[in-house]
Amino acid sequence: MRGRGAGAEGRSAGAGPGSAAPQPGPAGAAAGAGLLLPLGGLVAATALASVLHLWHGLWWLVLLVDFVLFVGVAEAFERRLPYAGRKTYQKVLAWLFPLLILGAWEALSRTGVLDPRWFPPPTRIAGALWDLTVSYDRFNQSSLLGRPWLIPTRLVHQGWPGVAALFAESHVFATLARVMVGFVLGSLPGILVGIVMGLNRTVRSMLDATMSAIYVLPKIAIFPILMLVFPDPFGEGPKITVVAISAFFLVAISTMAGVQGIEPVLLQAGRNFGANRWQMFRHVILPGAMPIIFSGLRLALGTALIVIVAVEFVRAQRGVGYLIFYNWQVLSTAKMYAALIVVMTLGVLLTTLLQWLERLAMPWRR
Amino acid sequence: MAAKILARDAGKAYPSATGSVPAVEHFDLEVADGEFVCLVGPSGCGKSTFLRILAGLDTLTSGEARILPGADPARPLNNVVFQEYAIFPWKTVRDNVAFGLQMRGLGREERYAVADAWLGKVGLKRFAGYYPAEISGGMKQRVSIARALANDPEVLLMDEPLGALDAQTRAVLQEELLRLWEDTRKTVLYVTHSIDEAVLLGDRVVLMTAHPGTNKADFVVDLPRPRTMKTTATPRFGELTGAVWEALESEVKAAMEAQR
Repeated sequence: MRGRGAGAEGRSAGAGPGSAAPQPGPAGAAAGAGLLLPLGGLVAATALASVLHLWHGLWWLVLLVDFVLFVGVAEAFERRLPYAGRKTYQKVLAWLFPLLILGAWEALSRTGVLDPRWFPPPTRIAGALWDLTVSYDRFNQSSLLGRPWLIPTRLVHQGWPGVAALFAESHVFATLARVMVGFVLGSLPGILVGIVMGLNRTVRSMLDATMSAIYVLPKIAIFPILMLVFPDPFGEGPKITVVAISAFFLVAISTMAGVQGIEPVLLQAGRNFGANRWQMFRHVILPGAMPIIFSGLRLALGTALIVIVAVEFVRAQRGVGYLIFYNWQVLSTAKMYAALIVVMTLGVLLTTLLQWLERLAMPWRR
Repeated sequence: MAAKILARDAGKAYPSATGSVPAVEHFDLEVADGEFVCLVGPSGCGKSTFLRILAGLDTLTSGEARILPGADPARPLNNVVFQEYAIFPWKTVRDNVAFGLQMRGLGREERYAVADAWLGKVGLKRFAGYYPAEISGGMKQRVSIARALANDPEVLLMDEPLGALDAQTRAVLQEELLRLWEDTRKTVLYVTHSIDEAVLLGDRVVLMTAHPGTNKADFVVDLPRPRTMKTTATPRFGELTGAVWEALESEVKAAMEAQR
């Protein structure tokens, strides 16, 4: 490990712009030197690069060297920790490093190294997110979350229709509803069709090629067709349907693979112990295919989010995709980033929900 | 004693691109009620195929092979203990053992009572709530055996049930099988390629020829019961295994020739 630390220092000497880079210490250096030298190198290399105005042409090289040096410092520090503390240290590192990146971003953006028009400092993004959360956009007649703190007063003065109006103004609710309704409407038939395809060779032969062909089609491409098909092209129908269709094919194909992947001997055991058709489905086929069905559902959820954001770019007055696009149109970049954070949060929330469902449905895999 | 399993001129051929390939031909077998018969033959001789046909998982193409029903029509004709660990990974040990009873519509309490009794007999009571992924290979196969016995079939069909286990676990399970069989005296058809196992467990050893499988020889194992691992050290055990091997050797060589 010591050798690797020394290597990092050596590299800094080579990659750094000149003689100011620290020299690698001798192998038997004092305990503090192993930590201080890379740290000093980190600061020196970055400072020197700034002084010499190397950021513009060689920013990627400086970042690379900084990263290597940072790894060296982190590892040198870990070697000084008692063994018991190392696991905690790794966890701290997992949080510390992103924070460091954010801090660097903040500094670079405020000093103008990064153009704050395109890369607003994280604090300004956080402010924009807060702004979006608490404010009501009169022009669009919308808000991010639907101002849930107004629910009690609305309920008193306007009743349930007032509360419904709050939901209707929410970008997050619009996206969430489209994703979840479309996801369920697509996944459930997907599972059923997948199971039939997995069990019946004739159905499989008939549908497999078609399904594979449609599978590779980017589902967003059929959105214009759906807008023609639905009586209200700008309503929720086409949006939910395009999400449902994207989920359907992914789920159907993985369910088919899951059913085909069930150990034949388990199917034979089911039959030998007298399971009828329904019992085979309930006790053997469904649980047997479940792990692969869930991996299909995870894929489908990711795709559903991509598709809904794309659809909301094109044709929506509500939704986080619309929020991003609208703030692009008015060149409000901090709010664009804030909307990205909202999309990420939605993704994490929905994935967590699915993982919770997965653990609930497959207790044997815990 | 009355026959429980009866096969007359049984034949099974598989369709292939070049015509049909026979797996089993002109095979006769009669197993009496309460008899433990071991079916031995070189690999690929169709002994497992025959067992699967008896289990209703495959069909004959000629002749007949059947299990004769007993007095109680509700009792299942057969249950199989498969070579692979064919227990359901998504069911607990208890639910696996109770599976056959559940399929027959028994209530939860009733079937758990039966399952727990069998789990006690195979020494797995403590593991009733475990999932198969949490127990060892030997324990999994005990669950598989308990699952078949808990369903109380007319005939127990065992398809190399100990084939995937290591030698020591295998010896332990052989003794357990002997003990369980002394208790239940169930009719058993036991497919194996181990001569020692066949002679140790069986009342009779039926030998099959190399592909396509048909009758080669039939040995009555007159070793006294109850048997244990110590039985394998007796001179009579050595004589019997020697005699079986003598008859089998040429078939094994023929099977090897055919594979090459």
